[in-house]
Amino acid sequence: MSSYAVAFVVGGLMCVLAQLVLDLTRLTAAHVMVLFVVLGAVAGGLGLYQPLVEFAGAGAMVPLPSFGNAVFQGIMEDVDTRGFIAVFTGGLTAAAWGITSAILFGWLVAALFNPKG
Amino acid sequence: MDGRGPVLAEGEAGADRRTARRTPQRAPRRLGKQTVIFSHPPAIVSAASVVGPMEGKGPLAEHFDVVTENVLMGEKSWERAEVRMMIEASELALKKAGLQHRQVDWILAGDLLNQITCTHMAARTLDIPALGQFSACATLAQGLAVAGMILDGGFGRWCLVGCCSHHDTAERQYRLPTEFASQRPPTAQWTVTGAGAFVVGAEGDGPVITHATLGRVVDMGLKDPYDMGSAMAPAAADTIWQHLADTHRRPEDYDLIVTGDLAHIGSAILVDLLKENGLDVGDRALDCGAMIYKQSGQDVHAGGSGCGCSATVVAGYIMNVLSRGNARRVLLVCTGSLHSVTTYQQGETIPCIAHAVVLEARRPGQEEDR
Amino acid sequence: MVQASREQARRYQAFVRQYHPPRPVLRNCVLAFLVGGTICAIGQGLLNLFMVQGLPLKEATGPALAVLVAMGALLTGLGVYDDIGRIGGMGAALPISGFANAITAPALEFKREGYVFGIGQRLFQIAGPVVVYGMVAAVAMATIRIVLGLTGTGGAP
Repeated sequence: MSSYAVAFVVGGLMCVLAQLVLDLTRLTAAHVMVLFVVLGAVAGGLGLYQPLVEFAGAGAMVPLPSFGNAVFQGIMEDVDTRGFIAVFTGGLTAAAWGITSAILFGWLVAALFNPKG
Repeated sequence: MDGRGPVLAEGEAGADRRTARRTPQRAPRRLGKQTVIFSHPPAIVSAASVVGPMEGKGPLAEHFDVVTENVLMGEKSWERAEVRMMIEASELALKKAGLQHRQVDWILAGDLLNQITCTHMAARTLDIPALGQFSACATLAQGLAVAGMILDGGFGRWCLVGCCSHHDTAERQYRLPTEFASQRPPTAQWTVTGAGAFVVGAEGDGPVITHATLGRVVDMGLKDPYDMGSAMAPAAADTIWQHLADTHRRPEDYDLIVTGDLAHIGSAILVDLLKENGLDVGDRALDCGAMIYKQSGQDVHAGGSGCGCSATVVAGYIMNVLSRGNARRVLLVCTGSLHSVTTYQQGETIPCIAHAVVLEARRPGQEEDR
Repeated sequence: MVQASREQARRYQAFVRQYHPPRPVLRNCVLAFLVGGTICAIGQGLLNLFMVQGLPLKEATGPALAVLVAMGALLTGLGVYDDIGRIGGMGAALPISGFANAITAPALEFKREGYVFGIGQRLFQIAGPVVVYGMVAAVAMATIRIVLGLTGTGGAP
C-alpha cells in the first residue's frame, strides 16, 4: 500500500511545484510543460532524477520531467555499449512507449470522436 | 495619469473646426476632432439576437430572440454554426422590419475570425452587397457609425448591421484548443457565442443614431491576451472623453453609458480613469461583457467578450431598454483589442480601439430636437 | 495612434494590477496536489499490476504509461479532461495523461481541417515543443557528460 502513498505524495508535490510556476509567473501551461521536461533532463544529467524514480516509482515516472530524464537515461545506456553515436539513437528508444502511444491514441481518438467545445 | 487627456496628453478639448466640412446648403456634420453628427439621424428599425446555450443561461436570457441548444447547431463545424447564427439574426431582423433582402442596400458586418470569413459567408447566403467591417469587438459601433454615414449621406435607404462571434472558433484561433486542460487566469474573458443584427433605415421608427465618435488606436503597453479589459479601458476612456469634448456634453446628458466588453475588471478601471480626468459617470456606466453572464457560477472569470457580446446585448437588452422608455439617450462605446496570435507571440503590445455611437429613443414620427 | 512610452506603460501596468483579482494560489496548489497525486497513484497501480504479471519494473513502465496515455486521450475525446484540467491545473497537465491531452486536444479540434493538415499537423501543436526541448536538453546533458568522461546513466550506482 505504501508504494501508492509515496507515488501520490511525490507526484502530487511535483504538480504543486508546476502549479506555483504557473500561478506566480507569466508562463502559460504549455511553457510550464516544456520547462519541466527540460528540468527533468537536467536533473537526470546531474544524477538527481533516477534516485527519485527508484524511491517514488510512478510518482516520478508519470509526471513530465520523467520524459526528459528517460531520454537522457536511454542515451547514456546506449553510449555504454555503442559509444558517442548512441546520442542519436538511445533517446527515442527510451521514449518510444510514451511517444508512440500518445501519437497512436491521440490519432485514434481524434479520428473517432468529435470535439465537444 | 497626467490629467490633460484620459490616456496621454494629446486630447484636444476645443473642437478643431478646420477639418469640419462646410457646405453652404448643409449644417456642419463634423463636430470637433473625431465626432460626426447626423443631420437626419438614421433609425434602428429592428434588431435581432441569436445566442448560444451559455448566454441563454445568463441574466439577460429573456431579452434574446433565439437561444440555441447546442454550440454546433447541427452544422459540421463551429465556424458554420457561427455563420448560421449571423444568417438567422439577419433574417430575423429583416422579418421584424418587414423588409425583403433585395430592399437592403448594404450589409455592414464583421466577426473575429481571420479575413472576417463568417461575415462574408453569411453575406453570400443573404445575397446583399457587403462591406466587411473589422475592429475586433468594437465592430458593432463601427458598423452602426458607417451605416449612419451612408444613410445620412444619401447613399442608401436601408443598411443591415451585424456582428457575430463564437467561443470555440475564437478560442482556437486566438488562444488554445478548448479541449486542452488548462486553467484560465482570473482576468480572462469568455468569448460570447452569439450574433446580433440591426436594420438601420434613413427613415423609420425606432431609436435613432444621432452622433458617432470614431476612436483612435490606443496602446498602453499591455501584452497579455488574457487581460483584454485592462488593455481596452484606456481606449474607451479616450473615446468617451473626446466624444464629450467634441459634443460639449457631460456624462449627465446620458441616461446610460454602455461599454462593449471591458467586463468587470476593465469597466472598474474605466470608471476610475474617467474620474481622474474629471468625468464622473457614476451608475450610468454599464458593460455588456459584465452583464451577459452571471458573475458567479458560470466560470467565465472577468466576463464576456467578442463581437457577439455587444451585438447581442445591444440588440436584445439595450434596444428593449430604449423602446420601453427606461432610458432615452444612450452612449454606446464598443471596445476592441486589435491583437493577433502573431503580434502576441512576437511580443508586441496590444493596440486597442473604441468607437462610440449615440442612440436616442424617438417616439414614432417625432422629429429630432436640436 | 496613441502609444504609451515605456515609462507610461510601466505606470499603467502598476495601476491596473490593483484591479486584478489575486489568483487562488493555495486552492490551486491543493487541487493540483490531489489531482496530480491521484493520477500518479493510478500509475503506480498499473505498474504494480504489470509487475504482478511477472514483468520487471523496467519492462512494466512502458505499458503502464501507455495505459495512462490511452486514458488521457479517451477522456479528452469524451470532453472530460479539459474539466479535470480546469480544476486540477498543472495536476492534470503535468502527468503523462496531460501530455496525451495536449496531443489529442488540438488534433480533435482541428479534425475538420482534414486528416493531413488537421489531425496530422495539429497533433504536435502543444506537445511538439515538449518533445523537442526534452530531446534537446537530454542530448545536451548526455553530450556534456560524455565530454567530461562521465559515462554511465548517472543513476544510483
